[in-house]
Amino acid sequence: MKILVPVKRVVDYNVKVRVKSDQTGVELSGVKMAMNPFDEIAVEEAVRLKEKGVVTEIIAVSVGITASQETIRTALAMGADRGILVETEASPEPLAVAKILKALADREQPGLIILGKQAIDDDMNATGQMLAALLGWPQGTFASKVDIEDGTATVKREVDGGLETVALTMPAIITADLRLNEPRYASLPNIMKARKKPIDVVKPADLGVDPAPRLSTLKVVEPPKRQAGKKVKSVAELVDKLRNEAKVI
Amino acid sequence: MQVYSAPLRDMRFVLHELHDSAGHLEAIGRTDLNGELIDSILEEAAKFAQEVLLPINMSGDEEGCRYENGVVRTPRGFKEAYDMFRENGWGALSSPAEFGGQDLPEILSKMVEEMQCSANLSFGLYPGLTHGAVLAMLDHASEELKARYLPKMIDGTWSGTMNLTEAHCGTDLGLLRTRAVPQADGSYRLTGTKIFISAGEHDLTENIIHLVLARLPDAPKGVKGISLFVVPKFLPTDDGRPGQRNGVTCAGIEHKMGLKGSATCQLVFEDATGWLVGEVNKGLTGMFTMMNAERLSVGIQGLGVAETAYQSAAAYAKDRLQGRSLAGAKYPEKAADPIIVHPDVRRSLMTIRAYVEGCRALAGWVAKALDLETKATDPELRQQSEDFVALMTPVVKALFTDLSFEMSSMAVQIYGGHGYIRDHGIEQLVRDARITMIYEGANGIQALDLVGRKLPSHMGRLMRGFFHPVQQFIEDNASDPNVLPLAKAFGALQQATAHIAQAGMKDPEEAGAAATDYLRLLGLVALGYMWARTAKIANEKLPAANGDAGFYKAKLSTAQFFNDRLLPQAGALWGAIKAGKASMMALEDAAF
Ligand SMILES: Cc1cc2nc3c(=O)[nH]c(=O)nc-3n(C[C@H](O)[C@H](O)[C@H](O)COP(=O)(O)OP(=O)(O)OC[C@H]3O[C@@H](n4cnc5c(N)ncnc54)[C@H](O)[C@@H]3O)c2cc1C
Repeated sequence: MKILVPVKRVVDYNVKVRVKSDQTGVELSGVKMAMNPFDEIAVEEAVRLKEKGVVTEIIAVSVGITASQETIRTALAMGADRGILVETEASPEPLAVAKILKALADREQPGLIILGKQAIDDDMNATGQMLAALLGWPQGTFASKVDIEDGTATVKREVDGGLETVALTMPAIITADLRLNEPRYASLPNIMKARKKPIDVVKPADLGVDPAPRLSTLKVVEPPKRQAGKKVKSVAELVDKLRNEAKVI
Repeated sequence: MQVYSAPLRDMRFVLHELHDSAGHLEAIGRTDLNGELIDSILEEAAKFAQEVLLPINMSGDEEGCRYENGVVRTPRGFKEAYDMFRENGWGALSSPAEFGGQDLPEILSKMVEEMQCSANLSFGLYPGLTHGAVLAMLDHASEELKARYLPKMIDGTWSGTMNLTEAHCGTDLGLLRTRAVPQADGSYRLTGTKIFISAGEHDLTENIIHLVLARLPDAPKGVKGISLFVVPKFLPTDDGRPGQRNGVTCAGIEHKMGLKGSATCQLVFEDATGWLVGEVNKGLTGMFTMMNAERLSVGIQGLGVAETAYQSAAAYAKDRLQGRSLAGAKYPEKAADPIIVHPDVRRSLMTIRAYVEGCRALAGWVAKALDLETKATDPELRQQSEDFVALMTPVVKALFTDLSFEMSSMAVQIYGGHGYIRDHGIEQLVRDARITMIYEGANGIQALDLVGRKLPSHMGRLMRGFFHPVQQFIEDNASDPNVLPLAKAFGALQQATAHIAQAGMKDPEEAGAAATDYLRLLGLVALGYMWARTAKIANEKLPAANGDAGFYKAKLSTAQFFNDRLLPQAGALWGAIKAGKASMMALEDAAF
């Protein structure tokens, strides 16, 4: 069984992001980039499935600029077998990415696609779900445990009330939550080997997808500074402030 | 808290921008590598250092190693970290592919070492010693010994040690007493006691391979009668497993100022079986080939610790609120300003920063030469590089480690009393840094090596190999006012060199009296040259730097600080050197 793992290049989670002075987005030049942490968990899960003998080939896919190859290399160093870069200058929205992934799924015929539950740059939490809809496959989102047996993926999902277990008939979509696993460190020999693994480069147009954004960003601003708290002398004053200043009651 | 996140941006600057990694890889015939690969290795090494080694640095210091009945236990977490280190292949970084290594260049591997030493110096010693032992065997051991030991040492299954020191014999190896008696089967039996042996006994690996200096029964006295042996803790079976226990035992470990996670062992050899490495009575040559690399590594240890001192102190200075800026409150909404507003705190931070980044740049230059001396396709370049490594080895060792101690002490000062107590782990850095000035040849000995051996070597050829590029740079940039301080310091160095050559020829004590100051003077000029080149690059790149502008601006300010505040010490050092030995040697021994 093949498995497809989409990986996104995002600002490293350690970096304190800054808004560009023209308010068109966040500053990316000279900023450390890395693989979206949830995608790292997805790659790790795929590698573990391969080590268990459930999966035979892991394909890491990234949609983005040329530099996204480095993100694919990271996946290859962790244990993915080959990569596909869908190269585009645009920063594509979830629907475009889902369409691209659908086209690749049609071509590669994987038994499973594991994505991160969301990307930490835009926090959309949408690509996996959209892809499931486009493919007409079952989905197990926010996975904290995955078992594959006899063509069924049993997925423990982290939902508000606790854990929900679903059984998916494969092929299926899974999105990884934080507790699914702890990604490994890439070993030095594997980093070296990753250089020799193939990365295919295609364009969205080759897959029949137009990645142009459907949304336009009006303006990006820093969150407002938190105001200092105020001390009140009595309950009456508190109620008054809540009613008249904060207007919440 | 010790704060450390690998200075990857600066490392990339040193590698790619200052030292032209692309050209370097070509010069050593490694076009199969590229900058991106190097960056990805650095990133993974950084993760390992930050997430695996740093969290067990303070706890390892607190707990230390334990000794019981000949067995040594490393602090909690060391074994797990070592297993991960081994599984991830970090020990194989720069070792030759023939024995399972990755054969990566030193210019990269020295940076990986720096990260490991920043995060946990004590831990770094275990693989560090193994690497030293591997280097000595690579150059001098028989093919059979290499095949038997190297693959397991390079993949980290077995570790290595270096056994030089005995109770009565530290610097002066000529006094060494451990004996080796030849056996009919070609092996030797070793008997004697070694002290201060790092990683001499521990629980990290299934076997420990000791490299031991000893004398044959008929050996000449002094350093010309010393041979090198490989003595495994367990004699390897033919299928490469640890077999019978050899006659070497650990009689105890030292209780020491710092470096507490590293076991410093007393080793007793009683008819221990060993095999000769290299030629009889030429053991020191075997040790000295690897010594260059190891001394550079100890310099890197110093740099690593100083980096952590810097990052920790910088974080603290931004956080600690005391007093108000002399220019009026800068953070009026807070109860007081963070201490980073105070000029004196900044003086300390800038000093640490300027030295640390300067040393990293210089380490890159020397590591490059370390690659080139063996791998350059051009034989002339190989020779030049060998000269340069030989000259700079004592400088890097002594300068970086002296500074490491001074800088980590400065970091304690920034923390005030909170640095002196143990909670923040800053005083640990001072204690850890202190040993780097002593082992692998005490720093005073490094200075003597520079002045007594390297300066006069080949009628000053080594020295000229350093003077030429600096002089050329100064001439090429004569119109740049920022190069003036370098030119001045370089002038002082030239005069001091001529003075020592003359005075030292007549009276070796004069050279000895000047040695330490001279080493610092040469080090300052080397750092000044690195900063001048750094500033030049920063100026060129700044206009198109966009988001990276802050990096280059900081480089320019730090270069300026180095020129303004640190490089002028060159003049004082030259003054001290010029004064000669008289006042130093005046008192009778009994007057002390
Ligand atoms: C934690 C630790 C780990 C160590 N690890 C190892 C190890 O793994 N293997 C190993 O073999 N050894 C090891 N050592 C030993 C270390 O290398 C020696 O301590 C060092 O070489 C200095 O020797 P010494 O202590 O006998 O000092 P001495 O040789 O007695 O020197 C004392 C002082 O006198 C000065 N001095 C001595 N001779 C001269 C001279 N001719 N001219 C000018 N000044 C001189 C020195 O610079 C020094 O300042 C370790 C030591 C420690 C503390």
